[in-house]
Amino acid sequence: MSMINYAAREINCKIVYYGPGLGGKTTNLEHIYGKVKPETRGKLISLATETERTLFFDFLPVDLGTIRGFNTRFHLYTVPGQVYYNASRKLILRNVDGIVFVADSQLERMEANLESMQNLYDNMAEYGYDLTRMPFVIQYNKRDLPNAAPVNELQAALNPGWEPADPGKARVVPDPYHAGEYLVSQYSSGEWAERAPYFEAVAIAGDGVFDTLKAVSKLVLKALA
Amino acid sequence: MQAPSSWSFEEDDLNAIARTISRFLAETGARSALLVDRSGQLVSTVGEPLSFDPTSFATLTAADFSANDQLARLIGETDFTTLFHQGERESMYVADVARRLILVVLFDNRTPIGLVRLKMKPAVEELTGHLDRAFSRARAGGTTQPNILAGANDEIDELFNW
Repeated sequence: MSMINYAAREINCKIVYYGPGLGGKTTNLEHIYGKVKPETRGKLISLATETERTLFFDFLPVDLGTIRGFNTRFHLYTVPGQVYYNASRKLILRNVDGIVFVADSQLERMEANLESMQNLYDNMAEYGYDLTRMPFVIQYNKRDLPNAAPVNELQAALNPGWEPADPGKARVVPDPYHAGEYLVSQYSSGEWAERAPYFEAVAIAGDGVFDTLKAVSKLVLKALA
Repeated sequence: MQAPSSWSFEEDDLNAIARTISRFLAETGARSALLVDRSGQLVSTVGEPLSFDPTSFATLTAADFSANDQLARLIGETDFTTLFHQGERESMYVADVARRLILVVLFDNRTPIGLVRLKMKPAVEELTGHLDRAFSRARAGGTTQPNILAGANDEIDELFNW
């Protein structure tokens, strides 16, 4: 849940990077940390094991600019991807404003992606949040690897679309990030499907990292507007 | 009173909160205090200037409190309303406020823990009163502040035009 502090003139929002283990969530934050101006970010906090696997979370606060005199401060979190850390993963989702699902594009990680996506829906539902009604974007990471699955297969598996919750949203919405594709479209059967915006990325090289961050932050602020 | 899903602080709220915490610090001799949202956002700091990054501190405090909540449930408690971390020289006492915020008090070994514990209870009750007013306002049809982002779609687009 975003917090507007009128005294400090700040809008604080919480974004969580979710996804299977070793998918690149921490790498996204590390890239952002390395690229933004030091005066616009805080420390990168990592609660990790000795082998640099995320144990509880990583955290990075970044300021993305001023709007109407209010500083927009985004708190970026990652969760531990490994299946057995679910209790701590769920804690991080508390009061979240926006979600980035970082999928591992490698064919052999498809099952791990699906399991993590299901886990995300379940954990959100336990808090009473509906993922389909909140700022949510998907990042297909590791696009540079030879064993990366085609994007359309990843989309079919992880972002097949849901029925628009609001009947008013049943109208064609082009995907602003991919020409010729749609965020809301109608099947020949007449049913409508809404999808999360997606991005291709090579987080280790920084490709797609800021596109993803910008998209989710924008959705979060627009949800407040 | 349960917290509404969305609420905001106004300057008056923060002033009232700061007054309560300042008095608590004066009564106990504790050095400083931070008020942190359960989601890890820093609401305010009172007392001596902090020598560390308060944003990171706030995040870790919220995580610490959340993890302890879960531990409480595993042993059959609903929650732990206070936590105490004792160091050789510096210690911290952490208390739940209205199930929505966390009050963290930092003190050194000149301040007895018993005094912190004793004075904490009325201070938390007073803070709960301040928060209940903010919650009631949210429930009664929002804050008296206008939604600062209403109609700001174009400005938001512009913000991300980099």
